[in-house]
Amino acid sequence: MLPFSYVRPAHVAAAVAAHTQDGEPRYLAGGQSLLPALKLRLAQPSLLIDVARLPELSALRREGERLVVGAAVTHSALAACPHIPALAQLAGSIGDLQVRNMGSLGGALANADPASDHAAALLGLGAEIRTDRRVIAADDFFLGMFETALEPGELIIEIAFPLPNRAAYAKVRNPASGYPVVGIFVAEAADGIRVAVTGAASSPYRLSEFEMALAGDFSAAALEGLSVPAEDLNRDLHATHEYRAALIPVLAKRALNCGRKP
Amino acid sequence: MRVAFTLNGKAVEAEVEPRTLLVDLLRQTLLLSGTHVGCDTGQCGACTVHLDGRAVKSCLVLAVQADGRTVLTIEGVAAGEALHPLQEAFRDRHALQCGFCTPGMIMSGLDLVTHLDKADETAIREGLAGNLCRCTGYRPIIEAIAACIGEKG
Ligand SMILES: Cc1cc2nc3c(=O)[nH]c(=O)nc-3n(C[C@H](O)[C@H](O)[C@H](O)COP(=O)(O)OP(=O)(O)OC[C@H]3O[C@@H](n4cnc5c(N)ncnc54)[C@H](O)[C@@H]3O)c2cc1C
Ligand code: FES
Ligand code: FES
Repeated sequence: MLPFSYVRPAHVAAAVAAHTQDGEPRYLAGGQSLLPALKLRLAQPSLLIDVARLPELSALRREGERLVVGAAVTHSALAACPHIPALAQLAGSIGDLQVRNMGSLGGALANADPASDHAAALLGLGAEIRTDRRVIAADDFFLGMFETALEPGELIIEIAFPLPNRAAYAKVRNPASGYPVVGIFVAEAADGIRVAVTGAASSPYRLSEFEMALAGDFSAAALEGLSVPAEDLNRDLHATHEYRAALIPVLAKRALNCGRKP
Repeated sequence: MRVAFTLNGKAVEAEVEPRTLLVDLLRQTLLLSGTHVGCDTGQCGACTVHLDGRAVKSCLVLAVQADGRTVLTIEGVAAGEALHPLQEAFRDRHALQCGFCTPGMIMSGLDLVTHLDKADETAIREGLAGNLCRCTGYRPIIEAIAACIGEKG
């Protein structure tokens, strides 16, 4: 790793102020995506601003019909939170035990890996992202591969997930990396049916065709005969685009059948 | 930068560069070489230590991130000459051969012993997903951890 400076501000205002310095400042949460990138010199920040212990980023509370999760809450802590079982199960399936103990929800979302598990939950539940300056709807958050709507220096404070009537997540993991080859989050969410896909394209997206099919009948049977075109999907050494296209309806049905006998 | 934290029950202080990894501080400056480095890329789990009671990969943590917190390494697991029950279980069940992965396996295993309510094999296997072993085939490691969880209840 190339040298950098490090600060650990006590409050959000000081963290955001530190990010206005010259050079290339960068927030650091759990470091589970950033440190590997620094080791590979994919990023060369001049300053790391540690936000993992900011008190304003540590929420984990019910707020009416929402679950509010601080950006610095670890995947492990979220996995132990009972309010949205599908979200807890998803968080508990990320990477491995040690990664879940360090990695945070805010870091995962800001990183915007095209195969991020949390991205599927964010879109699938129609959450909102509260930053130091505004509120961003999930549908407006992911712009492309590793690209989000966050402005330079914009800090995620917390994420508000509306409680769904029902929700489930199903994925096929890459056995080496653990990341999803494809992951599908389905929900009867507060604002209607949502079906979100991660791992299949350059950034996570919603499947409106599937959502419409499920609007009248929230069951695997409603998806019978539906397929997705393969052309625009990811192809890499782990899976072809045709394979990813084939996985999407299979995993959507698996998620819908979750908790029922096959 | 100055870092100060609790290491295996004792207060320690050290001067580090911000880019120093926790594993390098432990092994090279504090001379605790029980924590191993197998890959340095976050894949193998040989470098696993506890940070505030949870297993983390010390090759993916900066030393400055441990400032003011509590770190436990393999050297702090036994009480003097008396092995921890999980270490006893590893010895009794031949859960180590070359021993390279063992410090990391014990530290992840301790997290599982603390946080799992029952000795469920699937949960133990899933909990060890971040620890690679080239020798044992995992079965005796899983049995040792299961035995230790069993004794707890
Ligand atoms: C071995 C391994 C396996 C993994 N497997 C998976 C997997 O299966 N599925 C999966 O989804 N992920 C996986 N991950 C990634 C993991 O989920 C990371 O925890 C997560 O992507 C980043 O969270 P972090 O807290 O570590 O963020 P960091 O690495 O600290 O930061 C990541 C990025 O987010 C920015 N950032 C951090 N916090 C904020 C904030 N509050 N506001 C704005 N920007 C912020 C940082 O500047 C940086 O650019 C894996 C990682 C490893 C090392
Ligand atoms: S040395 Fe840290 S995970 Fe391999
Ligand atoms: S005992 Fe040799 S690597 Fe596990």
